[in-house]
Formats: sequence, structure tokens, C-alpha cells
Amino acid sequence: MTTTLNEEKYTANLSASELPEGGIWTEAGSSLMRKTGDWKVEQPVWDKTKCISCFTCWAYCPDSCLKVENGRVAGVDYDHCKGCGICANVCPPKVSALTMEKAR
Amino acid sequence: MATLKELATQPAGEKFVGGHTSCAGCGYPNIFRLALAAVKDPVVVVGATGCCEVNTSIFPYTSWKVPFLHNAFENSAATCSGVEAAYYSLLKSGKIQENNTRFIAFGGDGGTYDIGLQSLSGAMERGHDMLYICYDNGAYMNTGIQRSGATPRYANTTTAPVGKVKPGKMQKKKDLAKIMVGHNVPYVAQTIAGNAQDLVKKVEKAMSIRGPKFLVVLATCPLGWQTKTQDTVKLTRLAVDACFWPLYEVENGKYKLSYDPKDKKIPVADWLKLQGRFKHLFKPGNEQLLAEVQAEVDKDWADLKALCEFHSKQV
Repeated sequence: MTTTLNEEKYTANLSASELPEGGIWTEAGSSLMRKTGDWKVEQPVWDKTKCISCFTCWAYCPDSCLKVENGRVAGVDYDHCKGCGICANVCPPKVSALTMEKAR
Repeated sequence: MATLKELATQPAGEKFVGGHTSCAGCGYPNIFRLALAAVKDPVVVVGATGCCEVNTSIFPYTSWKVPFLHNAFENSAATCSGVEAAYYSLLKSGKIQENNTRFIAFGGDGGTYDIGLQSLSGAMERGHDMLYICYDNGAYMNTGIQRSGATPRYANTTTAPVGKVKPGKMQKKKDLAKIMVGHNVPYVAQTIAGNAQDLVKKVEKAMSIRGPKFLVVLATCPLGWQTKTQDTVKLTRLAVDACFWPLYEVENGKYKLSYDPKDKKIPVADWLKLQGRFKHLFKPGNEQLLAEVQAEVDKDWADLKALCEFHSKQV
């Protein structure tokens, strides 16, 4: 028997009996349920009009937080962004589509 | 080489996702993301103990979308070689048909330079078809910044602290890439996490070769290096420009420089001064130590350049 994890259960903190049997991971990439976005002090703001979709920010984000849609960069995933500022730092200076501001 | 756009827009999506618990601005996760994006075939990942395993596979959550196997500090290479051997055995007996699965082992500098060196050496010598990627952040960052064989000279760590008697770690950093070249493996390369193009190119090249491959990647640790989180990418690039960490590859024993800063070469002090772990070197009275580090870097750089030049002339 395998237990499927869901976000509701994660936030409610799983008890020992609710955890998957045998210590197995039931879902690949399940860490997305852990919202590390609440760690941040600052957050990047993405300007759609300035972005040239060079994917530099995508390549260096440690938390895979730059969304990609239809072959273009499509914003920041604030649920997992830890606000390190790498994306704003590597964004080409002439473009500067990403800027840091105080997290809300 | 695949462009960043091609890597970012793969239909399968990312094989290493967010939500892991590495510190903000951590230098290593993008190595995993880019390396896995650069591999087109099905891949099995083995992870040594270290930040890699502790952050990405906290039960019951995992950041990996590829088969991931964790073993102890000392045997990630042995485990990976075992998985590879089992796979080829099943293939030989006809129990599986697809023969395109690739094997990658990830380890930190503690699990590679020190504890895991014997199993890595064995796996490389036996000639398994695997790629070992070491992310080198220069100390046991996961357990609280203890010195490792990869810690640079005069860095401040908790087990080699800066005090009245000693200015941090007294020994020189081990040159792991050269140790691996000594194993006569087909491909060894040194790169940084802050140069996506170079990293992807080297992973792609390694993946095109059958046999043991080794890659050592310099990665910033904002906690251990005591640096600003947003400077993570810049710091590894400065290490290259200072010639502290040259980018090169060794194919069948032949050294080849991937990047030469030439007149853009900066003094090593420009790289050191951004890091809190070296701040004692900039106090009055320590000029001698700084000059010593610079002389060491210059000598190693000249040696490497001469070696690359020598090999470039060979046919």
C-alpha cells in the first residue's frame, strides 16, 4: 500500500502513521509542496516589457523559480523563491528586467 | 552545444525541482539543474552525503524527478559503479532492452576530496561508464564549516580557526582534477557553477564518451565563504579571472585550457576580499600571507599554461 502525499497533509504536519510505508518517496519532485518562499526578506520583481528571454536568470536560480512558458521567461515562482537576488544580479545590466524589492 | 533556451524549454521540464532546503543563494543546485538538463538520455543519479542529499531528499519529500539513490559519504562512486554494473549485467542477460541509461554520481568536496576518494579512485580505475560530478565549496559546509582537503590555504573554518597562533588552514588545497588525470580516465574537467555555458558544454562532452568521467565544479557557499547571497555567481567567475580556479579539460591525458583571462587576469586579493573567511588576510601585518597566496596561484597558473601549451603542440 502506498500513501500519496498532498499539500493539505503537508501543512497539517504528518504523523508517523500517516507517512508512506517503508520509507519510500511516493512522488518524484514532491519537494514542490514545501513552500520555501516564506524565507525571503527581499523578492525579485520581473518586468515583462524589459525581458529579452535570454534565460540567464533561469540558468543560475538555485531554486528553479523562473517560470518558462511558450519558450519565454514568464515570471517568478514566489512559492519557492528564497529571495537570494542572484537573478537580479545576473540579468544583463542593459536589460535589468529583474529588480529586488522588500518582500510583502 | 545546447543553448540555455533549448535547455529551459525542454518538453520534459526540469529534472531537479525547487522546494529543497538549501540556503538562499546556494551555489550548488544550479549545477544539478544544468547537468541534468544537458543529459538527454534517461539518467540514474547517486548522491553522496552532504548538502546535496540533506537538502534535496528530506523524507518524505524529494527534489529529484530522476531515480535518486543516496549512500554514505565514502561510497557514492562505489554505489554508482555497482548500479552501472548491475544494469549492464541485466542488459547482457536480456532482461532489459533499452541500452541508453546513463549514470551520474554527485558528491561534495568532503565526500570526494577526503572521505570518498578511495571509492572514487576504485570506480575510475575499474572503468565504469559513469560521470562523477564533485561540487566543491571548499569545506564541510553541511555539518558546520569544518576544514576539508579542498579548503584553500588561510581560509577560516571552525576546525582550523583564525587566531593569534594560526591564520586559518595552513595547508594547500588538494588538486583533485590532477589526481583524477593520474587515473588515465578519458575525460576530466574543471569548471564553475557560475558559467552555465562551460558547465553544460563539459557535461555534454562527458556524456558523449563511454567510460569513467570526472568533473569538479567550484560552487559558492554564502554561509561558509561569508559572502552576500546575490554574489554567488560573480564569486566563482572572479575565481576564474584570478586564475585561482582555471577552467580546463583533460581529454585522454591532454590538457586543454577552456578559458584564458589574458590581460583580464585580476589579483587574487580581489577575489579573496569579498569573502569573510579571508578577512584576516587584509589586516595590517598579514601582507606577507597575501603575497604568499598570490605567488602560489601564479606558479600553478604558469605550470598549467605551460602544460596546455605543450599538449597543444602535440599531434
